[in-house]
Order: sequence, then structure tokens, then C-alpha cells
Amino acid sequence: MSLDVSLRHRYEGFALDADFSAPDGITALFGRSGAGKTTVVEAIAGLLQPDEGRVSAADTVLLDTGRGISLPAHRRRVGYVFQEGRLFPHLTVRQNLAFGRWFAPRGAGAEEIGRVVDILGIGHLLDRRPGRLSGGEKQRVAIGRALLSAPRILLMDEPLAALDEPRKAEILPYLQRLRTETRIPILYVSHSVAEIVHLATTMVAMSRGRVARAGPAAEVLSDPAAVPYIGIAEAGAVLTATVVGHDRADGLSVLAVSGGGGAPPPGGGAGRPAPAGGTDGAGGLRVLAVSGGRLPLPHVEAPVGTALWLRIHAKDVIIATEEPAGLSALNVLPATVSAIHEGEGPGAAVGLVSGEDRLLARVTRRSVRALGLAPGKKCYAIVNSTAVARSDIGGLETG
Amino acid sequence: MLDWLSAEEWTAVRLSLRVAFWATLASLPFGVATAFLLARGRFWGRQVLNLLVHLPLVIPPVATGYLLLILFGRQGPLGGFLAENFGIVFAFRWTGAALAAAIMAFPLMVRAIWLAMEAVDARLEEAAATLGANRVWTFFVVTLPLILPGIVAGAILAFAKAMGEFGATITFVSNIPGETQTLPSAIYAFLQVPGGESSAVSLVIVSIVVAMAALLASEFVSRRIARWIAAR
Repeated sequence: MSLDVSLRHRYEGFALDADFSAPDGITALFGRSGAGKTTVVEAIAGLLQPDEGRVSAADTVLLDTGRGISLPAHRRRVGYVFQEGRLFPHLTVRQNLAFGRWFAPRGAGAEEIGRVVDILGIGHLLDRRPGRLSGGEKQRVAIGRALLSAPRILLMDEPLAALDEPRKAEILPYLQRLRTETRIPILYVSHSVAEIVHLATTMVAMSRGRVARAGPAAEVLSDPAAVPYIGIAEAGAVLTATVVGHDRADGLSVLAVSGGGGAPPPGGGAGRPAPAGGTDGAGGLRVLAVSGGRLPLPHVEAPVGTALWLRIHAKDVIIATEEPAGLSALNVLPATVSAIHEGEGPGAAVGLVSGEDRLLARVTRRSVRALGLAPGKKCYAIVNSTAVARSDIGGLETG
Repeated sequence: MLDWLSAEEWTAVRLSLRVAFWATLASLPFGVATAFLLARGRFWGRQVLNLLVHLPLVIPPVATGYLLLILFGRQGPLGGFLAENFGIVFAFRWTGAALAAAIMAFPLMVRAIWLAMEAVDARLEEAAATLGANRVWTFFVVTLPLILPGIVAGAILAFAKAMGEFGATITFVSNIPGETQTLPSAIYAFLQVPGGESSAVSLVIVSIVVAMAALLASEFVSRRIARWIAAR
């Protein structure tokens, strides 16, 4: 099953012209505010009538202006999780959940309430009214309500945006479970790269009403040409790694960054929240193996052998053309330049391949010329590993 | 206790309660529908409807009564039609008093319900649509329960107004004891005859008590329902 979208819509000072498709799993619709994400989602749900377009989900045409087809919202069976939940205040949680299921066509294979309640961990809330739920609880109920309406697709419009960091961390694992335990395409609108890294298998980056980049999330995130759309502060590639040792004395973990090491790609892993908290009393640096070499990292609480992924921000990677001396060489990875993207500013985004992994580095244009960087050039990537935040590490499971 | 009011006075009180009750009950569905059209409707003529609903509030009640007499009198276009086809007669009957009271109270009722409907988040109705509920279901399952406090408040306000309606009623259905002589008409009649003042005072006290009880009940009930909806 997949969702295929092609939309053209125009209103004052804004033109939307977007084509993409979302396969099973979570597809992130990424873009800054004003990029047209919400317009796309509302047009898919039937809450907005676009000038022109075609939307089909699971082989059912929901909208085709060319043929004069436009199903009303209540017949599209599009599960919609709104940013603010929109639970019915006069109904209990149980009644809110039953609402969608009541209107789902018989035999549409609506999920059992019990199963959804289990996945989302909302069993203890069933008899309460939405007025007495926390923001995170409300969103979980809203997700459950949408799931129970037997939707063809699930739309999530920044479901975490209204929540604070602890509440977001509370919901992420449930969304990750959803990805593995349901078989419907999920379109997840977000402007947070961190959420996308944790959740998405596919990524559609929008800019000014157009699709700027689309593809597997890991590829889009490590594509230098996508950096302008993602924003230099948030840009960064995702590496897969395995914990190969702990260095108690220095408090570092050593990660082997090994592409074939069985670590789930971003968005591919199941279930658990990223880094389970708790700082190591001894300081806790771990050594991780990556395909190109080894990286010492703080913040990793995992036994040797654990496969995980980590996001390395482009701004935390420095490029050297000769193997650096007089540096703590542990966080130096040999690499090859794969692509360079120069924007309008003084900066340039450099794509690197290290072993089987990709890296993204942000350098100045001047450095590109001074170092003679060009695709195919051998170099060394120096990673500021202390800058890898706990929220940039995920997929912790023993391999 | 009962001899506190004379039989004639009691008749007027009972009639007024009956007129106000039926005026409120019969106009309620129309009140909800009109409020819905005004709050959610985007159609040509919405302003005209708005104006029509509010007209009884601003034109002299006597004028409203006269218009009712022309329209719903025995010879009137609507009155003649209803009498011939359905046997419903308004002229000089208590039903006419109820009609006049309903028309006069209608703006108050609609305004209260309209206000409640404006307060309902239309985005909840959108959410209901995405969950598969069509407009009719959405109205009955989402909108209606949420505006219940407004409906109750509007109904009680309309009831109190209907109890006190005088000008349109006396113009339309006259002042027939036992048939169309409501409380205000009776007060007026007692004041016209020598020695009727004590009866008038009793009835004034009754009107004040009923009106205040209605307002208090309206406050209480709508607060209770609002609290039930917000659910602590």
C-alpha cells in the first residue's frame, strides 16, 4: 500500500506544486513553517479543496480533479492526528477511541481497541475526560482514535510540536512501535530533524510549496545538496555503529562505525527510546566501531556489542587532507569526498564516504579551494564526538 | 395558600405558564437551526436572516402584534391556510398568545444558542469528519452536546421573556379572560378597574418570582452542564 500525492494549489502569495509518494512505514514531510506542509496534509484529508490534484491511497482514489472526483472528508478514511489533539471534550477517552471505530465501515479491519490501547499505553486513562490528561497523554489518545477508524493512511501534523522535550521523549517510543506494528503508510509532518532521524524511513523535504528532495531518510539527510532545505544548523548524516569497548579511565565509549554491523538504519529499528539516560558514574566514554574506523563517544550507556545509529551534525565535522598529527586520533576517520554543494553563502556542504557510511561536513568555500576538495579526493574527517548529543543516538539494542 | 390568589388570578398565572412553556418548546428546534445557520452557514442571505430574527427585538411590540394579526388572522394568508388545511387557529386563542410570545422571545433564544455555537471549536467538527462522521452525525454527536448549556440558557431566557410578553399578545389575540388573558394582560386589566390594584400587586409579585426563578435556574443548569462537559 502506498499514498500517492500530486497537488497544485494557489492562494495569495503562495503556490503549492508538490508530487510525491509515501510507501509503508513513516514518511516525513519536512519543511520550515510556510513550506506548505499543512496545506498538503489538509488536501489529502479533504479539509481543503486544492485547485488541481490527485491523491490515491491504497489503490483508492480520494481526489482527482481531472475526473471530477473528490470524496468528502468523512468518506476518505484518512486518520488525522492534529497538532493540538482535538479530542472531544465531552466524551471520555474510551468514547473518544470508540468514535472513529463506530464510523469505520464494517469489515474494514478496524483494529481492536484493546490492542491499540496496549500499543499506546493508555489503558489507565480510559474513563477520564480529555480535560484531565497531560499533553502527551492527549496525543497518545488522539493517535489511538485515528488508528481505530480503520484508516487507509495516517496523517500526523506535527503531533509533538506542542509538547515539551520530556513529553516528546515519552511519545517517540510509541510512534516507533506504531511503525513496526501497523501496516499503513504514515505521513508525518515535522520541522524537527531530530524527530525524523528517530522515526522516518522516507523523507520528503519541502521548500516554498515544492518538493525539494525526496527519498530514503538516510540518503536525503546525508545529501549535501539537501543541506539548504534542512538548514545548516540541523544538517548531518547518520552513521551506523557498534559499541566495541568502554574506556572507563577516560570515560569514553568506543564505537565501531560498521556499515554491515547490523545496526538498524535510522528509522528502521524497532521499539525502544533512544539513549536510556543515566550518566555513567565513571565518566563513561565508549568506543564505537564505525565502518571507517573507531569513535570514542560520551553519553552511551550500552554494553559492548550494541548496534546503534548516531547523527553527526555537519558543523561538528572538520576535514583534513593529511592524517592529522598531534590530535587525539581516535575520532579521525579516513574518508573520500563524494559530493560538494556550494550555496549562496560563504559555506559549502561536503559529502564524505567513510567505509560504508556517509558523513556530511560543513566547511567554507575558501577551504574547499585551499584544500583542493573535489569528488574522489581522499581526506580525513575529524569528528567532534563530544558534540554528539544523547538525542542524536538511537536504536540501542544488543546485536 | 391557594386563596392567596383569586380564581381569576390563578387562571391568568396558569395560562401564562402554559403559553410560555409551549412557546419555548415549539420554538426551540427552530432556534437551534437558526443559530446553526447563523454561526456556521456561509450563504447568501445570511445577513437578511440575521436581521429578520432580530426584528422583534427592535420594532414596537404592537407593530409585531399587528403584523401577526394580518398574517395569522382568520382572513390572513397564513392563518387562513393553516385553519383550512390543519385546523390550527391562532386568532384570539391561547395558541396565538403562544405564537406571539415565541416570536418575541426568539431573538433572545437564538442569541444565546448562537453564542454557545461560536464557542464550539469548529476544528472539532473537522476532526469528526476525518473520523468518518458526516455532517448530520457530527452535529448530533459533537456540536449539540457541546452547546447544551447555551440551549438551556436560551430556552429559560425565552421562557421568562414569554411569561412577560404583553404588547404583541394583546394586539394579536386581545385580552380574553381564560383564553388569552396572560399574566401581564391581567395586570393591565386589573389596573383599569377601580379596586383592582391589590390583585395587580399580587400578580406583579408572581411575575417577579417566576422571572427570577427562571434566571437562577438558567445560571445553575448551564453551569452544571458546562462543568459536566469540561469534566473534572
